[in-house]
Amino acid sequence: MAQALNQALREAMDEDDAVLVLGEDVGVDGGVFRVTEGLLDRFGAERAIDTPLAESAIVGVSIGMAAHGLRPVCEIQFSGFSYLAMQQLEGHAARLRWRSRGRFSASLVMRMPYGGGVRALEHHSESKEVYFAHTPGLKVVAPSGPRNARALLRAAIRDPDPVVFLEPKRIYRAFREEVPDDDEPMALGESQTRREGNDLTLISWGAMLQPTLKAAEQLAEEGTEAEVIDLLSLSPLDDTRLADSARRTGRVVIVHEAHRSYGPGAEVIARLVEKAFWYLEAPIARVTGYDTQVPFFARETDYLPDVARIVTSAHQVLEA
Amino acid sequence: MPREEIDLSCKVEYLSILDEDGHLDEALAPDVSDEQLEQMHRVMLLARRFDERMLNLQRQGRIGTFAPVSGQEAAQVGVMAALQAQDWFVPSFREFAASIWRGTPLKALLLYNAGYNEGAAIAEDAHDLPIAIPVATQIPHAVGLAYAARYRDTDAVALVFFGDGATSEGDFHEAMNFASVFETPTLFVCQNNQWAISIPREDQTHSKTLAQKALAYGMPGIQVDGNDLLAVLAAAREAVERARSGRGPTLIECVTYRLSVHTTADDPSRYRSDEEVEEWERREPLRRLQRYLKERGILDDDGIEALESEISEEIDQAWQETEQAMQELDEPLDIFAHNYAELPRTLREQREEMASRLGEGGGGLSNGQTDHGAGAQPGPARGDGRG
Repeated sequence: MAQALNQALREAMDEDDAVLVLGEDVGVDGGVFRVTEGLLDRFGAERAIDTPLAESAIVGVSIGMAAHGLRPVCEIQFSGFSYLAMQQLEGHAARLRWRSRGRFSASLVMRMPYGGGVRALEHHSESKEVYFAHTPGLKVVAPSGPRNARALLRAAIRDPDPVVFLEPKRIYRAFREEVPDDDEPMALGESQTRREGNDLTLISWGAMLQPTLKAAEQLAEEGTEAEVIDLLSLSPLDDTRLADSARRTGRVVIVHEAHRSYGPGAEVIARLVEKAFWYLEAPIARVTGYDTQVPFFARETDYLPDVARIVTSAHQVLEA
Repeated sequence: MPREEIDLSCKVEYLSILDEDGHLDEALAPDVSDEQLEQMHRVMLLARRFDERMLNLQRQGRIGTFAPVSGQEAAQVGVMAALQAQDWFVPSFREFAASIWRGTPLKALLLYNAGYNEGAAIAEDAHDLPIAIPVATQIPHAVGLAYAARYRDTDAVALVFFGDGATSEGDFHEAMNFASVFETPTLFVCQNNQWAISIPREDQTHSKTLAQKALAYGMPGIQVDGNDLLAVLAAAREAVERARSGRGPTLIECVTYRLSVHTTADDPSRYRSDEEVEEWERREPLRRLQRYLKERGILDDDGIEALESEISEEIDQAWQETEQAMQELDEPLDIFAHNYAELPRTLREQREEMASRLGEGGGGLSNGQTDHGAGAQPGPARGDGRG
């Protein structure tokens, strides 16, 4: 997936000289996950900018660039450090279009690795999608594999509004997938059905999609056909697809790494209650990270949802 | 092992050209025409009177909370006069004099302060960013604008205003550092008005000057008498020239004073003495400039009087237009405008919900916006489902 993201950046920068990348170690080093590798050589230091170590300025400077009409793609090295830039994001990126009555827009992409599963240090494993998804004016997306990562990043860069682009670091190099030569159009705000089924709906995104798909396969062996929806976009939320599926299956399990309380699953459930309540045959279940800090990595796998937890939860929903 | 002084080869200058009594240091005086002086004086006077009117309107409950500019007119107008229209203006929240210089209609400023988003509208060709309220957060934007201006081969510079309190914020330091590292054409202008609400300048930082903070970032910094229009103009011109010719950013500290309240919600008697305010009244920028203009023969008492009544009428007219506009701007659905380039479906549904509610309430809709449907949720009636 890191390679696909790199391809997307290269293509976007080839296509439009308004696109540039900036962040800590994105130039010479090519980014700590090598997502910006080669961009400095290809586009020069003016467009592949190694910045001082200051998250708020990285986003704040990007906002100024965007106000001038550029399309900066800034990288926050780990999402755990993005909170230093929260004021810029919430107070300005999300509001610039609105505040200026459409005169300016913060057409920027804020990329950042998020989520656990790579045995990292503290602050390197959280999933705080909701901090961003709760903010009007932002769009929040997360790819789940190389192919949609490339398409989603191209779409995010083209988007006229600020996009928070969450990269599940666990799958940067987890598996290979064919990425077509041609650009694949993708609309922000649309989810995808990754597996069809009529017995149960499993909803997930990012790195959790892989265990969710594996759980679906395991359920299939037992004779249960689970539908798997890849959210791709946390905001806007494609509740039409979710509600359509829930109406058909009547049973829903949501899988996410984020803490449970006030997590993204809560919003998904609220939408399903609003749009599909009378079709539900069982309480909606959540398989999530706990409302604890993400533990140091020795106990990380006890915190993160896995195939067994998803299957157990699916059984409970099916039996309810 | 040596232990010796490192030669930093840096200094901070203080610049004053027109003293409190209106006397000029000819050797330092910038080249400025009578017309330019008249223009600057007019905007300073207009800003002062506008401020006073806004305060009255606020006290009468006709507009909301705002941050008066009185006392800081020279620090703003002197800088703005050194810029061209193509240069970028990044304000904080007290920059009324600068905004007026820039051509922002008084009506827009009034409308903004009366609580209407429409007042924040910015002309399509204007290089003005909107008002920024969270302290110091606008500073990095001027670095991004300057970077982009250079990247696009324009010779525009970006100017950002902030106060003494802002120099304690991280965004100030991060932005200064970025600007210096990338040598962006940015002017950092600190209006040191001595008070960050109730915290005096000496409790904000133990640095002797604010200008010296530039030195840590390898950037020139200069302290000027911020109530001296000519000193501000001279320093700003120098900084603009440096930025435009590719020699990077500058920090200018304008030593000035907030003669009025922090905002209309503030009571300065809780933290500062009348004597202090009176002391600064003597150094205020407008009277000083007028003395000089009279001495130079550009202006006399009759001329000032005529200008006062012209300005008074201009403000009356702007308020009348604002009141008119406030009556016309009754579209509640405007809250959904400009949140995104295109409203996402979820927001369209919420907009319909509001439109429907307003429709049921028997009013509130105008501008023909009555065609947004009943907003009813799709789906089966109770009991029709599988549940």
